[in-house]
Amino acid sequence: MLIKTVIRHGEYYDSVKLMIATKELSEFEGIKEAAILMGSDLNKEVLKRTGLLTPESEAAVPEDLIIAISSESQDAIDKALDAVDGLLNKHGGGDDENEYRPKSFDSAMKTMPGLNFCIISVPGKYAKREAMKALKNDMHVLLFSDNVTKEEELELKTYARDNGLLLMGPDCGTAMINNVPLGFANKIRKGNIGLVGAAGTGMQEVMVLVHKLGGGISQAIGTGGRDLSVEIGGITMLQGIEALNEDPDTKVIVVISKPPAEEISDKMLSYIKENVKKPVVINFIGGDKKKVEAIGKIGATTLEEAAVEAVKIAEAGLSSGFKIETDEELKAIAEREAKLIKPGQKYLRGLYSGGTLCYESMLVLRDYIGDVYSNTPLNKTMKLEDATNTTGNCCIDYGDDQFTVGRAHPMIDTTLREEEFMKEIQKDDVAVIILDVVIGYGTHSDPAGVFAKRIKQAKDIFAQNGRHVPIICYICGTDEDPQNWAMQKSKLEEAGAIIVNTNAKASKLAGMIINEL
Amino acid sequence: MKKVNDIFGKELKVLNIGLEQFYEDLKSQDIKAIQMDWRPPAGGDSEAADLLAALLG
Amino acid sequence: MDRKLANEEALKRLQDSEVYLVGAGKAIDVVPGMKKNLILHAGPPVTWEKMCGPMQGAVIGALIYEGMAKDEESARKLAASGEIEFEPNHHHQSVCPMAGVMSASMPVFIMENKKYGNFSYTNMNEGLGKCLRFGAFGDSVIERLHWMEDEMYPVLKEAIELSGGIDWKALVIQALQMGDDCHNRNRAATAMFAKIIGQYLSKVNADKEKISKVFEFINGNEHFTINITMAMCKAITDAAHNIPGSTIVTAMARNGVEFGIRVSGLGDEWFTAPANTPKGLFFPGFTQEDANPDIGDSTITETTGIGGFAMAGAPAIVAFVGGTYKDAVNFTLEMYEITGAENKNFKIPTLDFRGTPTGIDVVKVLETGLVPRINTGMAHKEPGVGQVGAGLVTAPMECFKKAARYMVEKGLNK
Repeated sequence: MLIKTVIRHGEYYDSVKLMIATKELSEFEGIKEAAILMGSDLNKEVLKRTGLLTPESEAAVPEDLIIAISSESQDAIDKALDAVDGLLNKHGGGDDENEYRPKSFDSAMKTMPGLNFCIISVPGKYAKREAMKALKNDMHVLLFSDNVTKEEELELKTYARDNGLLLMGPDCGTAMINNVPLGFANKIRKGNIGLVGAAGTGMQEVMVLVHKLGGGISQAIGTGGRDLSVEIGGITMLQGIEALNEDPDTKVIVVISKPPAEEISDKMLSYIKENVKKPVVINFIGGDKKKVEAIGKIGATTLEEAAVEAVKIAEAGLSSGFKIETDEELKAIAEREAKLIKPGQKYLRGLYSGGTLCYESMLVLRDYIGDVYSNTPLNKTMKLEDATNTTGNCCIDYGDDQFTVGRAHPMIDTTLREEEFMKEIQKDDVAVIILDVVIGYGTHSDPAGVFAKRIKQAKDIFAQNGRHVPIICYICGTDEDPQNWAMQKSKLEEAGAIIVNTNAKASKLAGMIINEL
Repeated sequence: MKKVNDIFGKELKVLNIGLEQFYEDLKSQDIKAIQMDWRPPAGGDSEAADLLAALLG
Repeated sequence: MDRKLANEEALKRLQDSEVYLVGAGKAIDVVPGMKKNLILHAGPPVTWEKMCGPMQGAVIGALIYEGMAKDEESARKLAASGEIEFEPNHHHQSVCPMAGVMSASMPVFIMENKKYGNFSYTNMNEGLGKCLRFGAFGDSVIERLHWMEDEMYPVLKEAIELSGGIDWKALVIQALQMGDDCHNRNRAATAMFAKIIGQYLSKVNADKEKISKVFEFINGNEHFTINITMAMCKAITDAAHNIPGSTIVTAMARNGVEFGIRVSGLGDEWFTAPANTPKGLFFPGFTQEDANPDIGDSTITETTGIGGFAMAGAPAIVAFVGGTYKDAVNFTLEMYEITGAENKNFKIPTLDFRGTPTGIDVVKVLETGLVPRINTGMAHKEPGVGQVGAGLVTAPMECFKKAARYMVEKGLNK
């Protein structure tokens, strides 16, 4: 076996681009393994695993681009190497092939005068620098990058606030400004419900349900998960609430977050009480509803409830034919499924790509089956050290940082979740599986297609060993998304999945089934 | 004093730095957007980055 | 001075300069500091021992031409003896292409920056093929140099004087609109010069045959004006030099071994690094193997915002930059990333008359990791063979790092 390593110092490509190029290169004739990656320690681990590590790549620094190829044939290696630049520099197509791409803010401002918004997803250690430049050029920022320190976040947010700009993030995946979906986001009707949220897929879930219930969204402002920490003090959330309060197109404000620290939660509520006359629906997921009601606003415990309440007040409910399952309907399904499950099958496995969806599910499940194990548990004692080694009832968030270093988010790259899914369905004690399927912009082009194939494989295995494992899917998306919700739904249904219309209901159904056993 | 609300209702012009998918999504919806050909500071040359920091004091 | 203000001043001077071709003279008479035993050369300082083949060849030729040596062997001995001094053209308000060798008797063009009052000088272009600037020193080369001194120079001098001075910036502005980059393509500039000088040549008080031969010589060399354009650039960049605090590059030059830059706020210091070797297209019979590392003062054009930086306006020579017109456009667009201004005089018609990227800023080079790109002629690495092709080369990043380090160490950034 020949292993060829090429090191190019100072060349940089984003991780998604590198992964796509790696995949394409691996498919070249005669190539056994191929990898194109930056020289971080983590990536060297990858090389070691695939048997591609050489002394050259071992010595690479994080600023090096490593091209590593193994094959029996020198000719195949040469051909693959020749193709690397073409693969790396391939643009997404369209009429701007070879179009000049600015390399600095100065030249970006000249290329498109009047830039007013910036999406940043560069590696965390560079993110603050770029975000500050964007703010100084008078752009609002969606900071998708993670691994930004709290100190950096505070500096950016303070500057943004003092200059009337939004710094959404870091680690903010979702926003919608002027009906333009930004980051991971769905195509949503324009309307009069304004959102501020510190929970990415939580916002997506509320927006999607608002849309399906016939309502629409005016603006959706993401804050990043740490905005409501004591140190940051909810800077972006307060800005967002203030802006929506003054926005004539917003009739109802929805606030979504995991429960913040008490002093911050009190600060938010007292700000709302003092300043906001508009109706506000607050969902501190799993937080205390009473405190919200005490200031005369509406509390919601689930994302679904937040959406339903908001649409009710917004009086925008077009009749849409969309219905959320009732508990009775779920109960009937649970009874039917439970009968097919064999003794010895006991546990639930929730395999999530959406962090807030996972979180919400664990809360819903608590009422049915108590705390579940997780890599991001509600209760620290339920922490799984190794989330790929499941036990008991589990909900795993594959979008958590531990899985996304050197790998694309599971909403983009389905590989990891597919592998884990195939592992779970073969375990004798597994009784129910939940899969979330998040569609919309930024995500995989056909996640339902991918999982439908896997579910069919699972059904074949079940047919052989005489087991039955209900696979409950929730699809977070709309009919206007590029992947199309209805089409995604029919692919999964055809494969034999049970489709439920909200994330909360999906986990409720799973809990009910376990309880029936 | 500039306010957050100033952006509401205005045409978005987006600069995307990083994952190209976000740029392509915007283009596919006819939103005005450009993609930056981003490189780490000083093209990843840490010596140049240090010098630059010293130079700019 | 604050860096931003200093750079603004430097950029202003780069654009406000008004440079005229005002005359011609013998180097010994007009070039500051010129003396009999002094030989000027391209690029940053270099000793005889370290000079590359083409530059040594040119020195040998110059010594023979000056009558100080009778053949190669005696010239080499003299050059190594310590009796001959070597200094960069740049230290004498001059620039010359390729080996860039200038000696005392050579005729030079005189340029005047009328806005800022400074002068610059350059030797006269010998044409293509075997030339001193490529290190050739055979009889034909020496004979032509003598003809240029004895017959061409007096005629041209008189014609230029009759013209009352030629507005060279105006000529370059026009040439850029006619498809020249004014470094690797000088066809339009030379045609315009021939048109202008023709009317005065006809009035020169000299033998008709002699005048005709001069006109023919100019007409027969589409690069005749490159030296004059370079000297214009030198008069412009000198005006922008020595502004305390400025990080704008005011000279880039190569001696065939090293690439050197000077920076406005850093005085007369050179910041050097080993020169890269250009890559590009070769005349039949030559390959990349034959090419000498980057050589010549002609990068003064890119320093001023033309040449490679104006590539988008020179579609006829896109073959040098990868073959497609789009490559040429991207080549120019990239240079906007490292420059401080869009030139208010030099425009690129194919970019909607956008001004050329002007004024390389050391800070921007470090920030972006992008270095100036240059299109250039290539000399054979052996003396006397001549030009082997033309292509692209980049300035070494190390030069810019050294400049930054020097600025920090000397506290010149405060």
